[in-house]
Amino acid sequence: MNRSRDIFTALMAVFLGLVAGAIFMALSGANPFAGFYYMFRGGLMNIERIGNTLATATTLVLTGLSVAFAFRTGLFNIGAAGQMLIGGLVATMMALSNNGALPKFLFIPLVLICAMLGGALWAAIAGFLKARFNVHEVVATIMTNWLAFWIVYYVIPAYFKGKLETESARIPFESSMKLDWLTNLFNGSYINFGVFVALAATAVIAVILNKTVLGYELKAVGFNRHAAEYAGINVSRNVTLAMAISGALAGLAGATYYIGYAVNMQIGILPTAGFDGIAVALLGANSPWGVLASALFFGLLHSGKGFMNAMTKIPPQIGDTIIATIIYFAATSILFVRLYDFLKKKLKKEVKA
Amino acid sequence: MNIIFSIFPYAIAYTIPLLAASLGGLYSERSGVVNIGLEGLMVMGMFVSALTIYFLQPTLGTGALWLGLLAGTLGGAIFSILHAVASITLKANQVISGTAINMIAGAMTVFLARNIRGSGNISITLGFIPHDVPFLSKIPLLGPLFFSRAYVTTWVVLAILGLSWLLIYKTPFGLRLRACGEHPQTADAAGINVYRIRYIAVIISGALAGLAGSVMLVTYSGEFNGSVAGLGFLALAALIFGQWKPLGILGATFFFGFAATMANVSQAVPELARIPGLILKAFPYVVTLIALIFFSRSSQAPRASGEPFDKGKR
Repeated sequence: MNRSRDIFTALMAVFLGLVAGAIFMALSGANPFAGFYYMFRGGLMNIERIGNTLATATTLVLTGLSVAFAFRTGLFNIGAAGQMLIGGLVATMMALSNNGALPKFLFIPLVLICAMLGGALWAAIAGFLKARFNVHEVVATIMTNWLAFWIVYYVIPAYFKGKLETESARIPFESSMKLDWLTNLFNGSYINFGVFVALAATAVIAVILNKTVLGYELKAVGFNRHAAEYAGINVSRNVTLAMAISGALAGLAGATYYIGYAVNMQIGILPTAGFDGIAVALLGANSPWGVLASALFFGLLHSGKGFMNAMTKIPPQIGDTIIATIIYFAATSILFVRLYDFLKKKLKKEVKA
Repeated sequence: MNIIFSIFPYAIAYTIPLLAASLGGLYSERSGVVNIGLEGLMVMGMFVSALTIYFLQPTLGTGALWLGLLAGTLGGAIFSILHAVASITLKANQVISGTAINMIAGAMTVFLARNIRGSGNISITLGFIPHDVPFLSKIPLLGPLFFSRAYVTTWVVLAILGLSWLLIYKTPFGLRLRACGEHPQTADAAGINVYRIRYIAVIISGALAGLAGSVMLVTYSGEFNGSVAGLGFLALAALIFGQWKPLGILGATFFFGFAATMANVSQAVPELARIPGLILKAFPYVVTLIALIFFSRSSQAPRASGEPFDKGKR
């Protein structure tokens, strides 16, 4: 639509989020400049930490794409967390059953496909309910989130229990997404094959949205459902399909997170990355490359907050507070849109005069 | 039958915060503002009330609990102004603004708790103690079900339910509120200040959600830890399940309360332990999904719910 305006509003939201963060840091009696210095240092100071930042961003790129893709079709997928759990559960089950039967170069693609299918089918429930019965997808995905939560809660301890009752067995290296050369290159960080998956997914989604008939139809449904229907687009099919694709992306996020980033699957947790995906999508103005950029930024905040906490005693929740504030300001972007239009008008006048 | 008698008080204790939050959602949605931030507003209420009680309890004892409830209610109300400004004045996407409320509450309260207390948890040493209601608890059947081991907060919330019914259906304010949610343009043409009504409604919803979080704290939870475990979202589902009507909400929240309590106590009750835990836990969510399918045809949802009101649009 209006790219420079989108970038302007995103930067304003980030700026105000950081200002809010600075105020909170000051409230907790710390020097905000020191806080931000250590936060960014914590995310970037050496190759291992850069690897961790990329690994954190990997999950966020995928959940961000998931939410953004649904948004473009006019759907709000608040269920990325649950779809991520289902994808992660599929991946964990496969990884713990593989036992080296399949070599890694065959196993990983297979896992990715299955996790995608898992996430896609899970999200398609809400999509179908929306398309067929007009059940609001926000409420439906909230329900499916908790269903996924409880499924993982009971399936993992029953069949894949690790040392503790609350986690799965450790994912063996042969079926993990961590790659020898990549781990070594980044000095043993969490970085894994998921990085390439996230990049590829960004490119694929960009192509689908901008260069295909499917993307055109999905966006048309998002702009105006009734107009799209009148133009002969099958709205029901597109709604279900959009949710499925969105869920597939979240499923990928689950696979790369639970058998790539993590070493096992914990129960009793709805992954926060699912909700952070909303922030990523909003800040990235729902465009695939925007999502990539904002995921990198949020990944940096997340991976640096621990170091900041160690150096300054500022609680690490400041990272989440900043992200949450950024979403709030991204949601109220109309303020900045007005400001942008105002500045532009003023600039034009001055040029004329 | 004995199981029902023994879990009923727990089910009611679980239902009450849910009911308060869901009523909060009712005000907001009836005025035309979707409030998905109930969860975060509950967290905020619980936090403010935990903090108040934590500091006042040594000097005031049980009196601190009442002040805590009040503080939590106010905390929720004030915090909800953020949502009101975004979704009414700035015409933001209400679902996104609500999501931001949830995330801000979850992160900020734990951040503040860690600054103030050094840990993300705040426990209170004493909460309300459930009592048998004199005389009424002696009534056969009804007595043991509804009037034994009841918390005083239960009566407070039920009173609010009754008042809400009166307010929404029997007063001019209620009529205006409903008009704003159904057709704000018409309400505007009739001289109603839609923005003002919506502000009031969102702030009431924040107050009730804050109260809900506080009630949770002083009855069965006893500890703030930065989460209300999805109760706010469940309250939202109960609102839809109850078809945006006070009595419907009472039924829906009680259904959730009872189902959740059954799942929670299932391990201790041999008759229930035979049912797999997953089925008990999943039951309320599956039923809600099915109910949504049935209700979607004849949905009583306020027609303008979720749409920002634009005075210039007709």
